[in-house]
Amino acid sequence: MTDATTEMAPYAFVRKETLEQQAAPLSVAGPLAWVRNNLFSGPLNTLLTLLCVYIVATSLPELIRFYFIDAVWTGANRDACLADKVGRPVGACWAYVADRLQYFIYGSYPISERWRVNIVFAMFALGVVWMLWTQAPKKKLGFFYFFVLMPISAYVLLLGGAGAERLVRNGMVLSLALAAIYVVLSFVPQLVGFYLGSANLAVVQEASPLKRFSGPKQLILFALVVFGALGVLASSIGLPRVDTGLWGGMTVTFLIAAVGIVFSLPFGILLALGRRSKLPIIQLISVIFIEFVRGVPLITVLFMANTMLPLFVPQEYSPDRLLRPLIGVAMFAAAYMAEVIRGGLQAMPKGQYEGAMSLGLGYWSMMRLIILPQALRIVIPGIVNTFIGLFKDTTLVTIVGIFDFLRTIEATLVDPTWATPTTRATGYAFAAVFYFLCCWGMSRYSISVEKRLAAGQKR
Amino acid sequence: MKKFMAAAVAGLGLALAATTAQAQAPQTLAQVKNRNVLNCGSNTGLAGFGLPDAQGNWVGLDVDLCRAISATIFNDPTKIKFIPLSAKDRFTALQSGEVDVLVRNSTWTMSRDTALGLLFTGVNYYDGQGFMVRKKLGVTSALQLSGASVCTQQGTTTELNLADFFRANNLKYEVVAFATSDETVKAYDSGRCDAFTTDASGLYAERLKLTAPDDHMVLPEIISKEPLGPATRNNDAQWFNLVKWVHFAMVNAEELGVTKANVDEMLKSPNPEIKRLLGTEGKFGEAIGLTPDWAYRIIKHVGNYGESFEKNVGQGSLLKIARGQNALWTKGGLQYAPPVR
Repeated sequence: MTDATTEMAPYAFVRKETLEQQAAPLSVAGPLAWVRNNLFSGPLNTLLTLLCVYIVATSLPELIRFYFIDAVWTGANRDACLADKVGRPVGACWAYVADRLQYFIYGSYPISERWRVNIVFAMFALGVVWMLWTQAPKKKLGFFYFFVLMPISAYVLLLGGAGAERLVRNGMVLSLALAAIYVVLSFVPQLVGFYLGSANLAVVQEASPLKRFSGPKQLILFALVVFGALGVLASSIGLPRVDTGLWGGMTVTFLIAAVGIVFSLPFGILLALGRRSKLPIIQLISVIFIEFVRGVPLITVLFMANTMLPLFVPQEYSPDRLLRPLIGVAMFAAAYMAEVIRGGLQAMPKGQYEGAMSLGLGYWSMMRLIILPQALRIVIPGIVNTFIGLFKDTTLVTIVGIFDFLRTIEATLVDPTWATPTTRATGYAFAAVFYFLCCWGMSRYSISVEKRLAAGQKR
Repeated sequence: MKKFMAAAVAGLGLALAATTAQAQAPQTLAQVKNRNVLNCGSNTGLAGFGLPDAQGNWVGLDVDLCRAISATIFNDPTKIKFIPLSAKDRFTALQSGEVDVLVRNSTWTMSRDTALGLLFTGVNYYDGQGFMVRKKLGVTSALQLSGASVCTQQGTTTELNLADFFRANNLKYEVVAFATSDETVKAYDSGRCDAFTTDASGLYAERLKLTAPDDHMVLPEIISKEPLGPATRNNDAQWFNLVKWVHFAMVNAEELGVTKANVDEMLKSPNPEIKRLLGTEGKFGEAIGLTPDWAYRIIKHVGNYGESFEKNVGQGSLLKIARGQNALWTKGGLQYAPPVR
């Protein structure tokens, strides 16, 4: 058809311009459609929706009234939270949480020494951010910090005393000695050649002494700085020994969780590899360890450690009361972690192993470069699940008389200073919020990691 | 494989038996002095008896006894490591030597005193099961509780004592039992039952959790015997005597009117009994491995029994427990201490 024919056509009206775009009909898009599709898409869903709405509508206003509107926010003792004394209905007694917050965080840790706990908290936060934030610089240094320097510093700061000071001094001497060796090596290229072989000498000589000194030597410098700071603290302010019996509250909860997490992953990987190993002794040991630990409840192990162990071991040699559950929890987490990781290893197709071997990689290189990175990515949900379970299992240490966060709350509930009808509901609500925030944070982070790592696998 | 395992288990058992035998070193006092700290088995938290305060320091009647032991040995009431023990592991911890003394509101019973290998050194609090009722019920004695419904916790001796009491007095009653003590208190508070029963010291603590504590009263009748006291292992007579006499010193001091405030003046007192107690005459402390001023140290740092009682559970505390059976024998109570002579 040509333009001429159209113009000649016997039609009364021809649309020359396109119609304005119209919004999708209400039944397909928009909030109403969303509601229809997601909440009322069938008789069963409608029923469930109405039920949920009913539950929320009946409970939420009461909860908000109890925990916020009627709540008491300030006060010095129970009088502030007694309906008789304030002359109005009283909900949650947040004044009690505010009053005892220090105790919830530090337990019985001496007040004059609590700055040490704060430093450890700050170091822990720094380490976590360094490790978890993808764009953080110098990841290798962060790794070294998180798994070596931070645990040592935490031990020195929290426990203190002569042993800790000796540890700091030894660490300082060791890193100083290593630094000195490296300084000498980097300024005398010929010596480097002596160690590395003359073939590398030309390459090494190209770089300036300062450049030669960087690299792995950063670790040593960093260690030197940390130990130096600790040494200064120990000699100026002093780090008197704080017995572990005085530790408590969130400090202990985080400590147990951190020890469990830091130890369970490497040991879990080793156990998982051991269980799949072809060497019979290693396999047997791994299987026995995993099955034994998985076969008994954590409570019995803790109970055994803190009640029965002292019966067998003379008092002078029996390990610290806090150390025992720490070891127990770490063992448990490692055994569970091993099974999670084994699941990942088994999910790897045989071709990956064969491909790695055909490249001439040995066992450890194959695992480190090909298998584990893929296997671990598969089991991230399982790993995080274990971490979250571990975090909540830390509350079990209360049965052996260790004052973790939940136990400190329970201890204050019986205190007459704050004995009111609503204290209990407030204390447990506070605990629930704390545990939820921690576990939810872990879960959200794992989801983001999964998304990032699975970018290439999206189907 | 099986044989190997059996042999391994047997070997382990032998090794354990050997170490257990070694662990029975009887010189507790020497060990404590050596360690420079007293390991005191304490409660995991019981109002008035052993509880961490806002700063995390342990306070309470039982705690004061531990502090008194530390004070008399080291002249310092803070050289203590409190080891909180649950009801399940308290006696094992004492037997194994993990704690030197157990001051954890434990009831002195014959089986514990004999079969468990423990020795109770005395009674620092006479407890017993009591009743709490609403004041407006108009009841002044438990004997008037005929036909009442009583809230109590399930599966405890409390329930048995209750049945015995009502049967012995030929009274009708109805038990409303709950699984936890909290539920029990809640039920009583909401009016499910006329009376609430548990150990008397617990009644005072639970009363504070009621909506209107002042509307409730504790009846005077005590229907069971719960003598609470410190315990030691039965293989060290010196240590047993030491713990026993720390409590007696505090009771004697109250009887003689020696308090934390006036103990320094009392050193000049002409009263021979005070002189012997405070060590200005005689060397009684040396018989239990301590210095002559052993009792002076206790009173100076901790105070006498009455002071400790009033501060932790009595009128100086929120619990406001009446002295009752815990008054001195001179005032109609049961607290009686042999003389220092």
